[in-house]
Amino acid sequence: MKNKWLLFLIGLGMAVVVGFLSHFTFYTTGEDDTLQMHTWLGLTLAAILTLFIYTFLYKDNPLYKFAEHLLVGTSAGYYLVIYYHNSVKPNMIDQIVAGFQQIGHMRAEGTFNFVDSILTNAGIWAIVPGIFGFMILFRLSRKLSWLSRYSFGFYIGTAMGMYIPVGFQASIVEQIRGTIVHSAAVEPTPVFNLTYFGEFFSHPTWGGFVQAISGPLVIVGIFCTLMYFFFSKEHTGVFGAFSKVGIWFLMVGFGASFGATVMARISLLIGRMDFLINDWFRGLILPLFGGG
Amino acid sequence: MYKILNAFLKINRRWIFLLVLLGVLIPLVLGKGLTRSYPGDEVVKVYNFLNNLEEGDIIIASMDYDPATIPELNPMARAVLRHCFNKGIRVVSLTLHPAGPGVVITLIDELLREYSQPGVNPDGSVRPVRKYGEDIVFLGYKVGTAVNILALGEDVRLSWPQDYAGVELPAYGSDPTQTTLPLMCDVQNYSDVKCVVTISGTRIPEYWVAYGYQRYHVKVATGCTAVMFADFYPYLQTGQMIGLLPGMKGAADYEELINRPARAMVGMLPQSIVHLMIVGFIILGNIAFFIVRRWEKKGGGNR
Repeated sequence: MKNKWLLFLIGLGMAVVVGFLSHFTFYTTGEDDTLQMHTWLGLTLAAILTLFIYTFLYKDNPLYKFAEHLLVGTSAGYYLVIYYHNSVKPNMIDQIVAGFQQIGHMRAEGTFNFVDSILTNAGIWAIVPGIFGFMILFRLSRKLSWLSRYSFGFYIGTAMGMYIPVGFQASIVEQIRGTIVHSAAVEPTPVFNLTYFGEFFSHPTWGGFVQAISGPLVIVGIFCTLMYFFFSKEHTGVFGAFSKVGIWFLMVGFGASFGATVMARISLLIGRMDFLINDWFRGLILPLFGGG
Repeated sequence: MYKILNAFLKINRRWIFLLVLLGVLIPLVLGKGLTRSYPGDEVVKVYNFLNNLEEGDIIIASMDYDPATIPELNPMARAVLRHCFNKGIRVVSLTLHPAGPGVVITLIDELLREYSQPGVNPDGSVRPVRKYGEDIVFLGYKVGTAVNILALGEDVRLSWPQDYAGVELPAYGSDPTQTTLPLMCDVQNYSDVKCVVTISGTRIPEYWVAYGYQRYHVKVATGCTAVMFADFYPYLQTGQMIGLLPGMKGAADYEELINRPARAMVGMLPQSIVHLMIVGFIILGNIAFFIVRRWEKKGGGNR
Protein backbone atom coordinates (compact mmCIF):
# COMPACT_ATOMS: atom_id res chain seq x y z
CA MET A 1 0.00 0.00 0.00
CA LYS A 2 2.84 2.32 0.94
CA ASN A 3 4.55 1.56 -2.40
CA LYS A 4 1.40 2.43 -4.32
CA TRP A 5 1.24 5.89 -2.77
CA LEU A 6 4.95 6.39 -3.38
CA LEU A 7 4.58 5.44 -7.06
CA PHE A 8 1.53 7.69 -7.39
CA LEU A 9 3.45 10.63 -5.91
CA ILE A 10 6.49 10.00 -8.15
CA GLY A 11 4.20 9.93 -11.23
CA LEU A 12 2.30 13.03 -10.17
CA GLY A 13 5.53 14.87 -9.38
CA MET A 14 7.02 14.00 -12.77
CA ALA A 15 3.86 15.13 -14.58
CA VAL A 16 3.83 18.47 -12.71
CA VAL A 17 7.53 19.10 -13.38
CA VAL A 18 7.19 18.23 -17.07
CA GLY A 19 4.10 20.42 -17.44
CA PHE A 20 5.73 23.37 -15.66
CA LEU A 21 9.13 23.26 -17.34
CA SER A 22 7.84 22.50 -20.83
CA HIS A 23 7.11 26.21 -21.34
CA PHE A 24 10.74 27.24 -21.10
CA THR A 25 13.50 27.21 -23.67
CA PHE A 26 16.34 25.23 -22.21
CA TYR A 27 19.46 25.83 -24.27
CA THR A 28 20.42 26.29 -27.88
CA THR A 29 22.48 23.83 -29.85
CA GLY A 30 23.01 26.03 -32.89
CA GLU A 31 21.92 29.17 -34.70
CA ASP A 32 18.36 28.10 -35.49
CA ASP A 33 18.23 24.88 -33.60
CA THR A 34 16.63 25.86 -30.34
CA LEU A 35 16.12 22.90 -28.08
CA GLN A 36 12.89 23.32 -26.19
CA MET A 37 12.60 22.26 -22.59
CA HIS A 38 9.80 19.82 -23.44
CA THR A 39 12.06 18.08 -25.99
CA TRP A 40 14.84 17.82 -23.43
CA LEU A 41 12.49 16.55 -20.76
CA GLY A 42 10.71 14.20 -23.15
CA LEU A 43 13.96 12.53 -24.20
CA THR A 44 15.29 12.46 -20.64
CA LEU A 45 12.07 10.93 -19.35
CA ALA A 46 12.21 8.33 -22.13
CA ALA A 47 15.79 7.52 -21.15
CA ILE A 48 14.92 7.24 -17.45
CA LEU A 49 11.89 5.03 -18.17
CA THR A 50 14.01 2.82 -20.43
CA LEU A 51 16.45 2.32 -17.57
CA PHE A 52 13.54 1.67 -15.18
CA ILE A 53 12.30 -1.10 -17.49
CA TYR A 54 15.75 -2.68 -17.80
CA THR A 55 16.08 -2.90 -13.99
CA PHE A 56 13.76 -5.93 -14.31
CA LEU A 57 16.71 -7.89 -15.69
CA TYR A 58 18.19 -7.80 -12.20
CA LYS A 59 14.90 -8.48 -10.40
CA ASP A 60 11.34 -7.25 -10.15
CA ASN A 61 11.19 -3.89 -8.37
CA PRO A 62 8.96 -0.80 -7.89
CA LEU A 63 10.79 1.23 -10.56
CA TYR A 64 9.99 -1.43 -13.18
CA LYS A 65 6.40 -1.67 -11.96
CA PHE A 66 6.02 2.11 -12.19
CA ALA A 67 7.28 2.21 -15.78
CA GLU A 68 5.17 -0.80 -16.73
CA HIS A 69 1.96 0.67 -15.29
CA LEU A 70 2.72 4.03 -16.87
CA LEU A 71 3.05 2.33 -20.27
CA VAL A 72 -0.19 0.38 -19.85
CA GLY A 73 -2.08 3.46 -18.65
CA THR A 74 -0.84 5.84 -21.33
CA SER A 75 -1.36 3.21 -24.05
CA ALA A 76 -4.96 2.62 -22.93
CA GLY A 77 -5.64 6.37 -22.90
CA TYR A 78 -3.94 6.87 -26.27
CA TYR A 79 -5.84 4.05 -27.99
CA LEU A 80 -9.15 5.25 -26.51
CA VAL A 81 -8.65 8.72 -27.97
CA ILE A 82 -7.42 7.38 -31.32
CA TYR A 83 -10.37 5.01 -31.71
CA TYR A 84 -12.84 7.69 -30.65
CA HIS A 85 -11.54 10.26 -33.13
CA ASN A 86 -11.00 7.80 -35.99
CA SER A 87 -14.05 5.61 -35.64
CA VAL A 88 -16.73 6.52 -33.10
CA LYS A 89 -16.90 10.23 -33.87
CA PRO A 90 -16.62 10.29 -37.71
CA ASN A 91 -18.46 7.02 -38.38
CA MET A 92 -21.24 7.29 -35.81
CA ILE A 93 -21.68 10.58 -33.93
CA ASP A 94 -21.01 12.89 -36.89
CA GLN A 95 -23.17 10.73 -39.18
CA ILE A 96 -26.11 10.68 -36.78
CA VAL A 97 -25.87 14.44 -36.16
CA ALA A 98 -25.77 15.04 -39.94
CA GLY A 99 -28.77 12.73 -40.36
CA PHE A 100 -30.87 14.64 -37.84
CA GLN A 101 -29.74 17.95 -39.33
CA GLN A 102 -30.98 16.73 -42.72
CA ILE A 103 -34.35 15.88 -41.18
CA GLY A 104 -34.42 19.31 -39.53
CA HIS A 105 -33.74 21.06 -42.87
CA MET A 106 -36.41 19.01 -44.62
CA ARG A 107 -38.96 19.81 -41.96
CA ALA A 108 -38.09 23.51 -42.13
CA GLU A 109 -38.42 23.45 -45.93
CA GLY A 110 -41.61 21.40 -45.72
CA THR A 111 -40.14 18.56 -47.82
CA PHE A 112 -40.15 15.97 -45.04
CA ASN A 113 -41.27 12.52 -46.15
CA PHE A 114 -40.58 9.04 -44.81
CA VAL A 115 -38.58 7.72 -47.77
CA ASP A 116 -36.20 10.65 -48.28
CA SER A 117 -35.91 11.70 -44.65
CA ILE A 118 -35.64 8.32 -42.94
CA LEU A 119 -35.22 5.33 -45.28
CA THR A 120 -32.51 6.81 -47.55
CA ASN A 121 -30.95 8.96 -44.83
CA ALA A 122 -27.62 7.16 -44.30
CA GLY A 123 -26.83 9.24 -41.22
CA ILE A 124 -29.86 8.02 -39.30
CA TRP A 125 -28.99 4.41 -40.06
CA ALA A 126 -25.64 4.85 -38.29
CA ILE A 127 -27.70 4.41 -35.11
CA VAL A 128 -27.95 0.67 -35.87
CA PRO A 129 -24.20 -0.13 -35.70
CA GLY A 130 -24.08 2.26 -32.75
CA ILE A 131 -26.63 0.12 -30.90
CA PHE A 132 -24.73 -3.05 -31.87
CA GLY A 133 -21.52 -1.53 -30.51
CA PHE A 134 -23.25 -0.47 -27.30
CA MET A 135 -24.62 -3.98 -26.83
CA ILE A 136 -21.05 -5.32 -26.59
CA LEU A 137 -20.74 -3.43 -23.30
CA PHE A 138 -23.40 -5.74 -21.80
CA ARG A 139 -20.62 -8.31 -21.70
CA LEU A 140 -19.81 -6.77 -18.34
CA SER A 141 -23.21 -7.78 -16.92
CA ARG A 142 -23.75 -11.41 -15.96
CA LYS A 143 -27.52 -11.18 -16.50
CA LEU A 144 -27.53 -9.27 -19.77
CA SER A 145 -24.35 -10.59 -21.38
CA TRP A 146 -26.47 -12.57 -23.88
CA LEU A 147 -27.21 -9.28 -25.63
CA SER A 148 -23.55 -8.96 -26.63
CA ARG A 149 -23.77 -12.25 -28.56
CA TYR A 150 -25.84 -10.60 -31.29
CA SER A 151 -23.09 -8.01 -31.83
CA PHE A 152 -20.33 -10.61 -31.82
CA GLY A 153 -22.34 -12.85 -34.13
CA PHE A 154 -22.81 -10.02 -36.60
CA TYR A 155 -19.15 -9.01 -36.38
CA ILE A 156 -17.73 -12.52 -36.72
CA GLY A 157 -20.15 -13.40 -39.52
CA THR A 158 -19.24 -10.31 -41.52
CA ALA A 159 -15.50 -10.75 -40.97
CA MET A 160 -15.65 -14.42 -41.96
CA GLY A 161 -17.72 -13.66 -45.04
CA MET A 162 -15.16 -11.10 -46.11
CA TYR A 163 -12.09 -13.20 -45.34
CA ILE A 164 -12.97 -16.79 -46.28
CA PRO A 165 -12.96 -16.43 -50.10
CA VAL A 166 -9.70 -14.42 -50.30
CA GLY A 167 -8.05 -16.03 -47.29
CA PHE A 168 -8.74 -19.53 -48.62
CA GLN A 169 -7.21 -18.55 -51.95
CA ALA A 170 -4.13 -16.88 -50.40
CA SER A 171 -3.38 -19.31 -47.59
CA ILE A 172 -4.57 -22.67 -48.89
CA VAL A 173 -5.09 -22.82 -52.66
CA GLU A 174 -1.94 -20.84 -53.50
CA GLN A 175 0.11 -22.78 -50.95
CA ILE A 176 -1.00 -26.13 -52.39
CA ARG A 177 -0.15 -24.78 -55.83
CA GLY A 178 3.25 -23.66 -54.49
CA THR A 179 3.91 -27.24 -53.40
CA ILE A 180 3.31 -28.49 -56.94
CA VAL A 181 4.85 -25.72 -59.07
CA HIS A 182 7.24 -22.82 -58.49
CA SER A 183 4.42 -20.31 -58.94
CA ALA A 184 6.64 -17.27 -58.24
CA ALA A 185 8.72 -17.99 -61.34
CA VAL A 186 7.95 -16.18 -64.60
CA GLU A 187 7.25 -19.55 -66.23
CA PRO A 188 6.06 -21.92 -63.49
CA THR A 189 8.09 -25.14 -63.31
CA PRO A 190 7.32 -28.28 -61.29
CA VAL A 191 8.69 -28.32 -57.74
CA PHE A 192 9.78 -31.94 -58.18
CA ASN A 193 11.92 -31.47 -61.27
CA LEU A 194 14.43 -34.22 -62.15
CA THR A 195 16.13 -32.02 -64.77
CA TYR A 196 17.70 -30.04 -61.88
CA PHE A 197 19.47 -33.25 -60.79
CA GLY A 198 20.71 -33.73 -64.37
CA GLU A 199 22.04 -30.16 -64.43
CA PHE A 200 23.72 -30.66 -61.05
CA PHE A 201 25.46 -33.91 -62.04
CA SER A 202 26.65 -32.43 -65.35
CA HIS A 203 27.90 -29.17 -63.72
CA PRO A 204 28.20 -29.76 -59.95
CA THR A 205 27.83 -26.46 -58.06
CA TRP A 206 26.52 -25.64 -54.60
CA GLY A 207 23.67 -23.56 -56.08
CA GLY A 208 22.74 -26.42 -58.43
CA PHE A 209 22.68 -28.86 -55.52
CA VAL A 210 20.38 -26.62 -53.46
CA GLN A 211 18.11 -26.09 -56.46
CA ALA A 212 17.94 -29.84 -57.11
CA ILE A 213 17.10 -30.93 -53.57
CA SER A 214 14.86 -28.02 -52.51
CA GLY A 215 11.83 -29.34 -54.41
CA PRO A 216 11.97 -32.93 -53.10
CA LEU A 217 12.74 -31.53 -49.62
CA VAL A 218 9.56 -29.42 -49.68
CA ILE A 219 7.46 -32.41 -50.72
CA VAL A 220 9.03 -34.81 -48.17
CA GLY A 221 8.74 -32.14 -45.44
CA ILE A 222 5.05 -31.52 -46.08
CA PHE A 223 4.22 -35.23 -46.32
CA CYS A 224 6.08 -36.20 -43.14
CA THR A 225 4.82 -33.21 -41.12
CA LEU A 226 1.24 -34.05 -42.09
CA MET A 227 1.91 -37.63 -40.99
CA TYR A 228 2.99 -36.35 -37.57
CA PHE A 229 -0.33 -34.50 -37.14
CA PHE A 230 -2.34 -37.60 -38.09
CA PHE A 231 -3.41 -38.79 -34.64
CA SER A 232 -5.97 -41.46 -35.62
CA LYS A 233 -3.24 -44.07 -35.99
CA GLU A 234 -0.49 -45.05 -33.58
CA HIS A 235 2.91 -43.66 -34.57
CA THR A 236 4.72 -46.99 -34.99
CA GLY A 237 6.48 -48.84 -37.81
CA VAL A 238 6.81 -47.10 -41.18
CA PHE A 239 4.16 -44.59 -40.20
CA GLY A 240 6.12 -43.78 -37.02
CA ALA A 241 9.32 -43.33 -39.03
CA PHE A 242 7.60 -40.82 -41.32
CA SER A 243 6.16 -38.91 -38.36
CA LYS A 244 9.66 -38.82 -36.75
CA VAL A 245 11.05 -37.24 -39.90
CA GLY A 246 8.10 -34.82 -39.65
CA ILE A 247 9.23 -33.90 -36.12
CA TRP A 248 12.70 -33.10 -37.48
CA PHE A 249 11.20 -30.77 -40.05
CA LEU A 250 9.12 -29.12 -37.33
CA MET A 251 12.22 -28.71 -35.15
CA VAL A 252 14.09 -27.03 -38.00
CA GLY A 253 11.10 -24.71 -38.47
CA PHE A 254 10.98 -23.86 -34.76
CA GLY A 255 14.75 -23.30 -34.78
CA ALA A 256 14.42 -20.83 -37.64
CA SER A 257 11.61 -19.04 -35.80
CA PHE A 258 13.66 -18.93 -32.58
CA GLY A 259 16.69 -17.54 -34.42
CA ALA A 260 14.50 -14.88 -36.02
CA THR A 261 13.01 -14.03 -32.63
CA VAL A 262 16.48 -13.61 -31.11
CA MET A 263 17.39 -11.29 -33.98
CA ALA A 264 14.23 -9.24 -33.43
CA ARG A 265 14.74 -8.93 -29.67
CA ILE A 266 18.39 -7.96 -30.03
CA SER A 267 17.34 -5.37 -32.62
CA LEU A 268 15.05 -3.81 -30.01
CA LEU A 269 17.91 -3.75 -27.48
CA ILE A 270 20.18 -2.15 -30.09
CA GLY A 271 17.49 0.45 -30.81
CA ARG A 272 17.16 1.37 -27.12
CA MET A 273 20.93 1.46 -26.55
CA ASP A 274 21.38 3.57 -29.68
CA PHE A 275 18.77 5.97 -28.28
CA LEU A 276 20.44 6.09 -24.85
CA ILE A 277 23.97 6.58 -26.20
CA ASN A 278 23.48 8.73 -29.27
CA ASP A 279 20.16 10.56 -28.95
CA TRP A 280 20.14 11.13 -25.20
CA PHE A 281 23.67 11.00 -23.81
CA ARG A 282 25.64 12.38 -26.76
CA GLY A 283 22.80 14.57 -28.05
CA LEU A 284 21.57 16.07 -24.79
CA ILE A 285 23.69 15.32 -21.76
CA LEU A 286 27.19 15.89 -23.16
CA PRO A 287 26.34 19.33 -24.63
CA LEU A 288 25.17 20.39 -21.16
CA PHE A 289 28.72 19.91 -19.96
CA GLY A 290 30.28 21.48 -23.01
CA GLY A 291 31.02 18.17 -24.72
CA GLY A 292 29.49 16.41 -27.71
CA MET B 1 36.79 -29.76 -14.18
CA TYR B 2 33.44 -31.24 -13.22
CA LYS B 3 32.82 -28.35 -10.85
CA ILE B 4 33.70 -25.79 -13.50
CA LEU B 5 31.43 -27.37 -16.10
CA ASN B 6 28.63 -27.79 -13.57
CA ALA B 7 29.00 -24.16 -12.49
CA PHE B 8 28.88 -23.19 -16.17
CA LEU B 9 25.55 -25.02 -16.55
CA LYS B 10 24.14 -23.23 -13.50
CA ILE B 11 25.48 -19.79 -14.45
CA ASN B 12 23.32 -16.92 -13.24
CA ARG B 13 21.42 -15.56 -16.24
CA ARG B 14 22.35 -12.01 -15.21
CA TRP B 15 25.93 -12.66 -16.37
CA ILE B 16 24.56 -13.54 -19.80
CA PHE B 17 22.48 -10.34 -19.81
CA LEU B 18 25.63 -8.39 -18.92
CA LEU B 19 27.65 -9.99 -21.72
CA VAL B 20 24.89 -9.33 -24.25
CA LEU B 21 24.70 -5.72 -23.05
CA LEU B 22 28.46 -5.30 -23.50
CA GLY B 23 28.26 -6.91 -26.93
CA VAL B 24 25.74 -4.27 -27.94
CA LEU B 25 27.19 -1.29 -26.07
CA ILE B 26 30.85 -1.48 -27.08
CA PRO B 27 30.35 -1.22 -30.89
CA LEU B 28 27.73 1.51 -30.42
CA VAL B 29 29.96 3.56 -28.11
CA LEU B 30 32.86 3.17 -30.52
CA GLY B 31 30.53 4.15 -33.36
CA LYS B 32 31.52 1.15 -35.45
CA GLY B 33 29.20 -0.55 -37.93
CA LEU B 34 29.41 -3.12 -40.70
CA THR B 35 31.11 -1.74 -43.78
CA ARG B 36 28.92 -3.73 -46.11
CA SER B 37 26.00 -6.11 -46.21
CA TYR B 38 25.26 -8.94 -48.65
CA PRO B 39 21.65 -8.50 -49.76
CA GLY B 40 19.43 -11.55 -49.92
CA ASP B 41 17.35 -12.38 -53.01
CA GLU B 42 14.11 -11.39 -51.32
CA VAL B 43 15.45 -7.87 -50.65
CA VAL B 44 16.98 -7.50 -54.13
CA LYS B 45 13.55 -8.30 -55.62
CA VAL B 46 11.97 -5.33 -53.84
CA TYR B 47 14.86 -3.07 -54.80
CA ASN B 48 14.76 -4.14 -58.46
CA PHE B 49 11.02 -3.68 -58.67
CA LEU B 50 11.17 -0.12 -57.32
CA ASN B 51 14.32 0.67 -59.27
CA ASN B 52 12.66 -0.30 -62.55
CA LEU B 53 9.73 2.07 -62.02
CA GLU B 54 9.55 5.26 -64.06
CA GLU B 55 9.90 8.75 -62.60
CA GLY B 56 6.44 9.93 -61.57
CA ASP B 57 5.08 6.44 -60.94
CA ILE B 58 3.08 6.11 -57.73
CA ILE B 59 3.27 3.56 -54.94
CA ILE B 60 1.35 3.14 -51.69
CA ALA B 61 3.54 2.91 -48.59
CA SER B 62 1.50 1.37 -45.80
CA MET B 63 3.63 1.92 -42.71
CA ASP B 64 1.80 -0.16 -40.17
CA TYR B 65 4.03 -0.10 -37.11
CA ASP B 66 4.29 1.47 -33.69
CA PRO B 67 7.14 2.85 -31.55
CA ALA B 68 7.94 -0.65 -30.22
CA THR B 69 9.27 -1.79 -33.61
CA ILE B 70 11.02 1.44 -34.64
CA PRO B 71 14.57 -0.01 -34.37
CA GLU B 72 13.82 -2.59 -37.05
CA LEU B 73 11.26 -0.91 -39.23
CA ASN B 74 12.17 2.79 -39.25
CA PRO B 75 15.56 2.20 -40.99
CA MET B 76 13.71 0.05 -43.52
CA ALA B 77 11.01 2.65 -44.21
CA ARG B 78 13.65 5.40 -44.36
CA ALA B 79 15.73 3.46 -46.92
CA VAL B 80 12.68 2.66 -49.11
CA LEU B 81 11.46 6.27 -49.02
CA ARG B 82 14.95 7.59 -49.82
CA HIS B 83 15.05 5.23 -52.79
CA CYS B 84 11.66 6.53 -53.96
CA PHE B 85 12.66 10.17 -53.48
CA ASN B 86 15.92 9.68 -55.38
CA LYS B 87 14.12 7.88 -58.22
CA GLY B 88 11.23 10.36 -58.40
CA ILE B 89 8.66 7.75 -57.41
CA ARG B 90 5.66 9.42 -55.78
CA VAL B 91 4.41 7.96 -52.51
CA VAL B 92 0.94 7.82 -51.00
CA SER B 93 1.64 6.86 -47.40
CA LEU B 94 -0.82 5.72 -44.79
CA THR B 95 -0.92 3.61 -41.67
CA LEU B 96 -3.30 0.87 -40.54
CA HIS B 97 -1.80 0.75 -37.04
CA PRO B 98 -3.40 3.01 -34.41
CA ALA B 99 -0.01 3.95 -32.95
CA GLY B 100 1.45 4.55 -36.41
CA PRO B 101 0.70 8.23 -37.20
CA GLY B 102 3.20 9.72 -34.74
CA VAL B 103 5.98 7.46 -35.96
CA VAL B 104 5.27 7.93 -39.67
CA ILE B 105 4.81 11.70 -39.65
CA THR B 106 8.10 12.10 -37.73
CA LEU B 107 9.90 10.02 -40.36
CA ILE B 108 8.32 11.88 -43.28
CA ASP B 109 9.15 15.26 -41.69
CA GLU B 110 12.76 14.14 -41.23
CA LEU B 111 13.06 13.05 -44.87
CA LEU B 112 11.33 16.15 -46.24
CA ARG B 113 13.81 18.29 -44.29
CA GLU B 114 16.65 16.25 -45.82
CA TYR B 115 15.20 16.71 -49.33
CA SER B 116 14.16 20.38 -48.85
CA GLN B 117 17.25 21.76 -50.63
CA PRO B 118 19.03 20.46 -53.75
CA GLY B 119 22.26 18.75 -52.82
CA VAL B 120 24.40 15.68 -53.17
CA ASN B 121 23.78 12.30 -51.57
CA PRO B 122 26.65 10.64 -49.68
CA ASP B 123 27.25 8.34 -52.69
CA GLY B 124 27.75 11.38 -54.96
CA SER B 125 24.36 11.23 -56.70
CA VAL B 126 22.20 14.33 -57.01
CA ARG B 127 19.70 14.80 -54.20
CA PRO B 128 16.54 16.30 -55.68
CA VAL B 129 14.05 18.54 -53.88
CA ARG B 130 10.92 16.72 -52.73
CA LYS B 131 7.79 18.38 -51.43
CA TYR B 132 4.80 17.32 -49.38
CA GLY B 133 1.70 17.14 -51.55
CA GLU B 134 3.63 16.67 -54.80
CA ASP B 135 5.97 13.79 -54.04
CA ILE B 136 4.49 12.34 -50.88
CA VAL B 137 1.20 12.54 -49.03
CA PHE B 138 0.41 11.10 -45.62
CA LEU B 139 -3.22 10.07 -45.19
CA GLY B 140 -3.00 9.04 -41.54
CA TYR B 141 -4.76 6.20 -39.74
CA LYS B 142 -8.23 4.75 -40.15
CA VAL B 143 -9.82 2.00 -38.06
CA GLY B 144 -10.49 -1.30 -39.84
CA THR B 145 -7.64 -3.00 -41.71
CA ALA B 146 -9.63 -5.16 -44.14
CA VAL B 147 -12.30 -2.54 -44.78
CA ASN B 148 -9.74 0.12 -45.64
CA ILE B 149 -7.73 -2.16 -47.93
CA LEU B 150 -10.94 -3.04 -49.77
CA ALA B 151 -11.99 0.62 -49.89
CA LEU B 152 -8.66 1.53 -51.50
CA GLY B 153 -9.62 -0.78 -54.34
CA GLU B 154 -12.64 1.42 -55.09
CA ASP B 155 -11.65 4.96 -54.16
CA VAL B 156 -9.11 6.16 -51.63
CA ARG B 157 -11.50 8.98 -50.70
CA LEU B 158 -14.00 6.50 -49.24
CA SER B 159 -11.69 5.86 -46.29
CA TRP B 160 -9.49 8.93 -46.40
CA PRO B 161 -11.46 12.01 -47.53
CA GLN B 162 -8.69 14.16 -45.99
CA ASP B 163 -4.97 13.81 -45.44
CA TYR B 164 -3.38 13.60 -41.98
CA ALA B 165 -3.38 17.39 -41.60
CA GLY B 166 -7.10 17.58 -42.43
CA VAL B 167 -6.66 18.94 -45.98
CA GLU B 168 -9.49 17.78 -48.26
CA LEU B 169 -8.26 15.40 -51.01
CA PRO B 170 -8.85 16.85 -54.50
CA ALA B 171 -11.18 14.98 -56.85
CA TYR B 172 -9.59 12.33 -59.07
CA GLY B 173 -8.44 13.86 -62.35
CA SER B 174 -8.99 17.44 -61.15
CA ASP B 175 -6.65 20.34 -61.94
CA PRO B 176 -3.46 19.80 -59.89
CA THR B 177 -2.70 23.53 -59.85
CA GLN B 178 -5.83 24.17 -57.81
CA THR B 179 -4.82 22.08 -54.78
CA THR B 180 -2.05 21.73 -52.25
CA LEU B 181 -2.12 17.95 -52.78
CA PRO B 182 -1.56 17.60 -56.56
CA LEU B 183 -0.34 14.02 -56.13
CA MET B 184 -3.83 12.94 -55.12
CA CYS B 185 -5.32 14.22 -58.40
CA ASP B 186 -3.70 11.16 -60.00
CA VAL B 187 -4.80 8.55 -57.47
CA GLN B 188 -8.18 6.91 -57.21
CA ASN B 189 -7.55 3.23 -56.54
CA TYR B 190 -5.03 0.40 -57.04
CA SER B 191 -5.12 0.78 -60.83
CA ASP B 192 -3.23 4.08 -60.40
CA VAL B 193 -0.41 2.65 -58.28
CA LYS B 194 2.41 0.27 -59.21
CA CYS B 195 2.57 -1.56 -55.91
CA VAL B 196 1.93 -1.47 -52.18
CA VAL B 197 4.93 -1.55 -49.87
CA THR B 198 3.68 -2.62 -46.46
CA ILE B 199 6.10 -2.24 -43.56
CA SER B 200 4.72 -3.81 -40.44
CA GLY B 201 5.44 -5.55 -37.16
CA THR B 202 2.01 -7.21 -37.23
CA ARG B 203 0.10 -9.60 -39.52
CA ILE B 204 -1.21 -6.71 -41.62
CA PRO B 205 0.86 -7.82 -44.70
CA GLU B 206 -1.31 -10.96 -44.79
CA TYR B 207 -4.36 -8.71 -45.10
CA TRP B 208 -2.66 -6.88 -47.98
CA VAL B 209 -2.06 -10.20 -49.71
CA ALA B 210 -5.59 -11.50 -49.07
CA TYR B 211 -7.58 -8.36 -49.83
CA GLY B 212 -5.17 -6.30 -51.94
CA TYR B 213 -3.44 -8.94 -54.07
CA GLN B 214 -6.14 -11.61 -54.24
CA ARG B 215 -9.09 -9.25 -54.65
CA TYR B 216 -7.54 -6.41 -56.69
CA HIS B 217 -4.29 -7.98 -57.97
CA VAL B 218 -2.14 -5.11 -56.69
CA LYS B 219 1.50 -6.13 -56.21
CA VAL B 220 2.61 -6.30 -52.58
CA ALA B 221 6.14 -5.91 -51.20
CA THR B 222 6.63 -6.45 -47.48
CA GLY B 223 9.00 -5.22 -44.83
CA CYS B 224 8.57 -6.93 -41.48
CA THR B 225 10.19 -7.59 -38.13
CA ALA B 226 12.52 -10.57 -37.89
CA VAL B 227 9.95 -12.40 -35.75
CA MET B 228 7.43 -12.33 -38.59
CA PHE B 229 9.45 -13.09 -41.69
CA ALA B 230 9.36 -16.88 -41.36
CA ASP B 231 5.54 -16.63 -41.49
CA PHE B 232 5.62 -14.56 -44.67
CA TYR B 233 8.02 -16.72 -46.70
CA PRO B 234 5.21 -18.97 -48.05
CA TYR B 235 3.62 -15.88 -49.63
CA LEU B 236 6.95 -15.00 -51.23
CA GLN B 237 7.49 -18.53 -52.53
CA THR B 238 4.04 -18.57 -54.11
CA GLY B 239 4.57 -15.22 -55.80
CA GLN B 240 1.94 -13.41 -53.77
CA MET B 241 4.60 -10.98 -52.55
CA ILE B 242 7.16 -9.46 -54.88
CA GLY B 243 9.81 -9.36 -52.15
CA LEU B 244 10.47 -9.28 -48.45
CA LEU B 245 12.66 -7.15 -46.17
CA PRO B 246 13.28 -9.24 -43.04
CA GLY B 247 14.05 -7.22 -39.91
CA MET B 248 17.17 -5.16 -39.34
CA LYS B 249 19.08 -7.37 -41.77
CA GLY B 250 16.59 -6.50 -44.52
CA ALA B 251 16.97 -2.81 -43.68
CA ALA B 252 20.79 -3.07 -43.79
CA ASP B 253 20.56 -4.88 -47.14
CA TYR B 254 18.38 -2.14 -48.57
CA GLU B 255 20.76 0.54 -47.25
CA GLU B 256 23.56 -1.31 -49.04
CA LEU B 257 21.57 -1.47 -52.29
CA ILE B 258 20.83 2.27 -52.30
CA ASN B 259 24.45 3.06 -51.31
CA ARG B 260 23.33 4.81 -48.16
CA PRO B 261 24.65 3.02 -45.03
CA ALA B 262 22.69 4.27 -42.03
CA ARG B 263 21.36 3.05 -38.69
CA ALA B 264 20.58 -0.51 -39.77
CA MET B 265 24.14 -0.99 -40.98
CA VAL B 266 25.45 0.38 -37.67
CA GLY B 267 23.07 -1.93 -35.78
CA MET B 268 24.18 -5.03 -37.67
CA LEU B 269 27.63 -5.11 -36.03
CA PRO B 270 26.34 -5.51 -32.45
CA GLN B 271 23.66 -7.79 -33.90
CA SER B 272 26.33 -10.05 -35.40
CA ILE B 273 28.44 -9.98 -32.21
CA VAL B 274 25.48 -10.98 -30.04
CA HIS B 275 24.44 -13.70 -32.50
CA LEU B 276 27.94 -15.20 -32.35
CA MET B 277 27.85 -14.93 -28.58
CA ILE B 278 24.50 -16.75 -28.37
CA VAL B 279 25.63 -19.48 -30.79
CA GLY B 280 28.78 -19.86 -28.65
CA PHE B 281 26.68 -20.16 -25.48
CA ILE B 282 24.45 -22.78 -27.10
CA ILE B 283 27.42 -24.86 -28.28
CA LEU B 284 29.33 -24.57 -24.97
CA GLY B 285 26.17 -25.25 -22.95
CA ASN B 286 25.40 -28.39 -24.94
CA ILE B 287 29.00 -29.69 -24.72
CA ALA B 288 29.06 -29.06 -20.96
CA PHE B 289 25.64 -30.69 -20.55
CA PHE B 290 26.66 -33.90 -22.33
CA ILE B 291 30.05 -34.14 -20.58
CA VAL B 292 28.51 -33.61 -17.11
CA ARG B 293 25.72 -36.12 -17.84
CA ARG B 294 28.26 -38.70 -18.97
CA TRP B 295 30.41 -38.20 -15.86
CA GLU B 296 27.39 -38.39 -13.59
CA LYS B 297 26.29 -41.66 -15.22
CA LYS B 298 29.76 -43.14 -14.78
CA GLY B 299 30.87 -42.01 -11.34
CA GLY B 300 28.33 -39.66 -9.86
CA GLY B 301 30.44 -36.62 -10.72
CA ASN B 302 32.89 -36.93 -7.81
CA ARG B 303 35.76 -35.30 -9.63
